[in-house]
Amino acid sequence: MDMTTPEGGPAGGAPGSEGRVLVDPPAGTEPLLRLRGISKHFGAVQALFDVDLDLPAGQVTALCGDNGAGKSVLTKTIAGIHQPDKGEMYWEGRLVHIHSPKDSASLGIETVYQDLALADNLDIVQNMFLGRERLNRLFLNEDSMERAAAETLASLHVTTVRSIRQPVATLSGGQRQAVAVAKAVMWNSKLVMLDEPTAALGVAQTRMVLDLVKRLKDHGLAVMVISHNLNDVFEVADRVAVLHLGRMVAQDRISAFDRESVVDFMTSGRSSRQVATSGSSQGRN
Amino acid sequence: MAGVDDEQGGVKAPSDIAAEAEAAPDLTAAAVEVIPPEILAQSLRQYLRAWFTRVRSGDAGVLPVVAALVAVTIVFQIVSPNHIYLSPGNLVNLFDQSAVFIVLGMGEIFVLLLGEIDLSIGYVAAIGGILAGEFVQPDINWPWWAAIAAALLACAGIGALHGIIITRLRLPSFVVTLAGNLFWFGVMIIILGPAGGVAITSTIQENQKVLSGIVYAYIDPVISWIGLLVIVALLGGSMWLRDTGRRRSGLVAPPVGLTLAKVAFIAVAGIAVVAICNINRGQYLPIIGVPWVVPLVLVVLGVSMVLLEHMQFGRHMYAVGGNPEAARRAGVGVTAIRTWAFVLCSLTAGIAGIIYCSQLGGITTNINGGQYVLYAVAAAVIGGTSLIGGRGRAIHGLLGGLVIGAIYNGLYLLGLQIQWQLIATGLVLLAAVTIDALSRRGATGGSLVRV
Repeated sequence: MDMTTPEGGPAGGAPGSEGRVLVDPPAGTEPLLRLRGISKHFGAVQALFDVDLDLPAGQVTALCGDNGAGKSVLTKTIAGIHQPDKGEMYWEGRLVHIHSPKDSASLGIETVYQDLALADNLDIVQNMFLGRERLNRLFLNEDSMERAAAETLASLHVTTVRSIRQPVATLSGGQRQAVAVAKAVMWNSKLVMLDEPTAALGVAQTRMVLDLVKRLKDHGLAVMVISHNLNDVFEVADRVAVLHLGRMVAQDRISAFDRESVVDFMTSGRSSRQVATSGSSQGRN
Repeated sequence: MAGVDDEQGGVKAPSDIAAEAEAAPDLTAAAVEVIPPEILAQSLRQYLRAWFTRVRSGDAGVLPVVAALVAVTIVFQIVSPNHIYLSPGNLVNLFDQSAVFIVLGMGEIFVLLLGEIDLSIGYVAAIGGILAGEFVQPDINWPWWAAIAAALLACAGIGALHGIIITRLRLPSFVVTLAGNLFWFGVMIIILGPAGGVAITSTIQENQKVLSGIVYAYIDPVISWIGLLVIVALLGGSMWLRDTGRRRSGLVAPPVGLTLAKVAFIAVAGIAVVAICNINRGQYLPIIGVPWVVPLVLVVLGVSMVLLEHMQFGRHMYAVGGNPEAARRAGVGVTAIRTWAFVLCSLTAGIAGIIYCSQLGGITTNINGGQYVLYAVAAAVIGGTSLIGGRGRAIHGLLGGLVIGAIYNGLYLLGLQIQWQLIATGLVLLAAVTIDALSRRGATGGSLVRV
């Protein structure tokens, strides 16, 4: 994270509420997932204060923030690993309570963690079906799983792997990420959350993963990308949400930001810059 | 803002190297870790070429163990008195002796796959053999199948106990099973009581004759040839149908030549074993036939292979061994899988113990369970199973067990007793672990480049 903090970087002023944005969904287009007033504390540490977040279908939302801003707590709350102390979540307009990772999976929420998702010793098909193997009575139905995995990879235009029967250990970082994403997509998920999808990837592989993210969007999925990398954010995101010390300090469509304003929000929780035509903080989705 | 880009540029520098490697697509995989040749090859020639590439890159598969087996065989054939090593009588003896190492090794593989270890199976095997022996003594006199079933159930229970302690109390398996090694040694002495042993040498009691017949009863030559034919036909036929079917529907399948070569290899190996066993090996009275222990070992092998490679349970074992966190996130019951691995390990050890009991006509307190457990680990590792977890197959127990059995048998023929046997096995184990470590170092070196 330090790498996106400019030289003078540590957060300046107190976390003011001036920059905070309340986004009301435009009439008629309910976002796939809407969070309202989510708060979470761990002991004396308040990790999230009254956070609002919209994740519309068919759009990529970039979640930005400095270390300790609460990005991963927010992600884990959506994934059902943490339960919020306060606040509501609306899934397709319905109030839902997500108590466990199982609950979130059954709604269609998948989280992709780069290095935690795959078993190196298993091949691509085995990884994509891990925990949900197709059986032919007692035995694994390899043919059916292989066909389905090949179809999913093809629909995502993941064509650089030489064989879908090669162990994941033989894949490049970008290919691994692609397999992890394909694994998430295969289960009819509606919301895919990607944690630092391009961290530690080279230029060509980053390109491949970003293309993949755009394709998820084209398939009508809601995508949330957690990223420090502003190049990636401006390349792929339709919307940006910035957390600062547990508060949602800015949330708007990408055109309402430029790099410097995002960095300002990330480091100090506010920005004096005015971008584009809409007011920096009153934009609508 | 400039600072941002500079910082990122600095961070990304190593990965740019990987990106450059990525630009030449065919090189990347080879540079990192070589893809198993049967996945990519379209013909036998391509397969062999890919296989040589893989061997050169350090991942030799079963090549080292097969080479070791051939080397050991040649050496002992030359140096053994009267070149007796490859005589039918000695080879059948070798199969019998190897059976215990093979089955113990296959048991150990269940836990090694998860990156765990079980140091207790020597005495757990002994308890299995002793219980089966005790249940066929005149005062209990259970039928042979009940005695075997009860003994194996007891072993499975011991394994369950180990597994539950390890998973619930979150203790290292190394320590728990080391404690188990001592504990079950003590229990074994208590079971054997003042007599200090149990014998199954009765020639009247049918149940004792069946138990000792595992090693010392032989299959009728005609039946063994028919059995071999059926096994090869079923196995070869199903492999052929599966591979051609997959090839036709465009799924990943090995080349035709490789499928044929595999079927041919199974047939040749089977014919060799049955032919050797069906040569008269008796000195005075004719002794002919395949000992029952051979099909028994093959059944244990077959069941293990199906369980590990064709069932969901086995898939989950490999996943837990490869990346427990990924397995947990994928909904695999990691605790249950780990517990079951110890159950299977002890259960298989119980089978080995019954074979051992049959071979020696009984078990006494002299059994060195501590040494057998090391042979079991050695058999698995020599065969190619990794100690780190995630990599291993049941066939590794067969190959490694044969190597240990071959050394054991050969040194015995030379009149070199236990001390040389220990030294030789130790050296072979060291060589096997070195190969394992080197191939893994190759793999991690690759992943450093990749990241």
